[in-house]
Amino acid sequence: MKPFGYVRPASTDEAVRLCAEGAGARFLGGGTNLVDLMKLGVETPRVLVDVSGLPLDRVTRTADGGLGIGATVRNSDLAAHPEVTERYPVLSQALLAGASGQLRNSATTGGNLLQRTRCRYFQDVSKPCNKRLPGSGCPARAGTHRDLAILGHSPECVATNPSDMAVALAALDATVVLLGPEGERAVPLTEFHRLPGENPDQDTVIRPGELITEVVLPPPAPGAASRYRKARDRASFAFALVSVAATLRVAAGRVEHVTLAFGGVAHRPWRARRAEAELRDAPATPAAFQHALIAELAEARPLRDNAFKVDLARRLALDVLGELTERQPTRTG
Amino acid sequence: MDSLALGADLEPEPVVDEHSTVTLHVNGDPTTLTVDHRTTVLETLRESFELTGAKKGCDHGQCGACTVLVDGRRVNSCLLLAVAQDGATITTVEGLADGESLHPVQRAFVERDALQCGFCTPGQICSAVGMLREAADGHPSHVTGPDTAAGPAGPVALDADEIRERMSGNLCRCGAYPRIVEAIEDVIE
Repeated sequence: MKPFGYVRPASTDEAVRLCAEGAGARFLGGGTNLVDLMKLGVETPRVLVDVSGLPLDRVTRTADGGLGIGATVRNSDLAAHPEVTERYPVLSQALLAGASGQLRNSATTGGNLLQRTRCRYFQDVSKPCNKRLPGSGCPARAGTHRDLAILGHSPECVATNPSDMAVALAALDATVVLLGPEGERAVPLTEFHRLPGENPDQDTVIRPGELITEVVLPPPAPGAASRYRKARDRASFAFALVSVAATLRVAAGRVEHVTLAFGGVAHRPWRARRAEAELRDAPATPAAFQHALIAELAEARPLRDNAFKVDLARRLALDVLGELTERQPTRTG
Repeated sequence: MDSLALGADLEPEPVVDEHSTVTLHVNGDPTTLTVDHRTTVLETLRESFELTGAKKGCDHGQCGACTVLVDGRRVNSCLLLAVAQDGATITTVEGLADGESLHPVQRAFVERDALQCGFCTPGQICSAVGMLREAADGHPSHVTGPDTAAGPAGPVALDADEIRERMSGNLCRCGAYPRIVEAIEDVIE
């Protein structure tokens, strides 16, 4: 690991200012990914700006009945928070499906959103990688890519976003609040992560020096049930091959409200807008779900060794939508 | 010494020292020491404190052999920079016993012979201590039923499935898992 400086700002404004002051500054949260990447030589910051002590560790109801989640709230605390387990169970389930108990105790909300792909070529500095070293090539396309993207990839990059939490946040229409040298702005989570295109080195739309301060959830869709399911190579402590986050409300046998997002299939959480459009007002039946999922996945372009993911995504989502149809809360009044 | 050349003419350079002085409360006693920013808590414990219970297994947060309790929570000490833990209270496997009296989790591991080579054991034990606290505090896990997780917070009953899921961050290459689960079940009873 290369030597680096370390500063602990007293406020978010100071953090942003310190980060803007010099090239090579990185914000440090829990460090579960950043410190690992520094050990691997993938990240070589000149100074770490430690934001973990900033007062961004609160989970609070917003004025409109939504939820504000501070950027330094730990993944384990968020997963167990009553506001989350009771009103946004899909988020709690996604968090608990990720990593290990130890890692969740350290990892932060903001850091989770900024974690890098676990593509082995990205993590191995002896290999080319367009994400790590633009223009150097992508060995994954012809190499090991069983766990990589089937949707939205480019000739330059087939990496996947590894987050479980972000998939649930995509299905919940979350917003990411950013504070930068030019002030504050809010970005919908589904637009926060990018597709790789010709610039796979840029995972997100975050601008230099911008700090994630908060993630905001709108109020939960009234009467909707939600669920996160994850398929992986072992029962625990493994990244998703495919995951699904969904919210669903059915009335009189028809879909009134649905959101659907896939994880493990693309460079960002994949919000299934096409399937959602097909499902709105459609009968809540396996045949209709099947039809919508096939339409969504028609644009999948699997690689040599990951075509199984297309089928897995369809079947996992079919299961989740079926389960949510059966689990519709009894409506009163 | 690195210099932050960009913007240096606009504002004073931030201090970029490569060392810092921190105070760590390890197993009860505060100690102030100067650390290289690159040093992890694991390396500090093993090399500066000579507490070699926590092990460097994978050094990437994947095996759990380095697990210690920081401010009461189980964490991978290999991924924590010591400089970022100034003021923290750290409990290692060496600090669990009460004098000559072993911690109940330590005693259960001995009684169940829940190990073969023993390399992962300090991490398993610290992880189990932290995990039992999490369950007592009502934290759900991946295998806690979705309806249970949505219920009122209360202690989570731990069966073997819950224990296996919650301990999945601790690998045992000897495969002593059945005895590890039994040892933890003994503590719960």
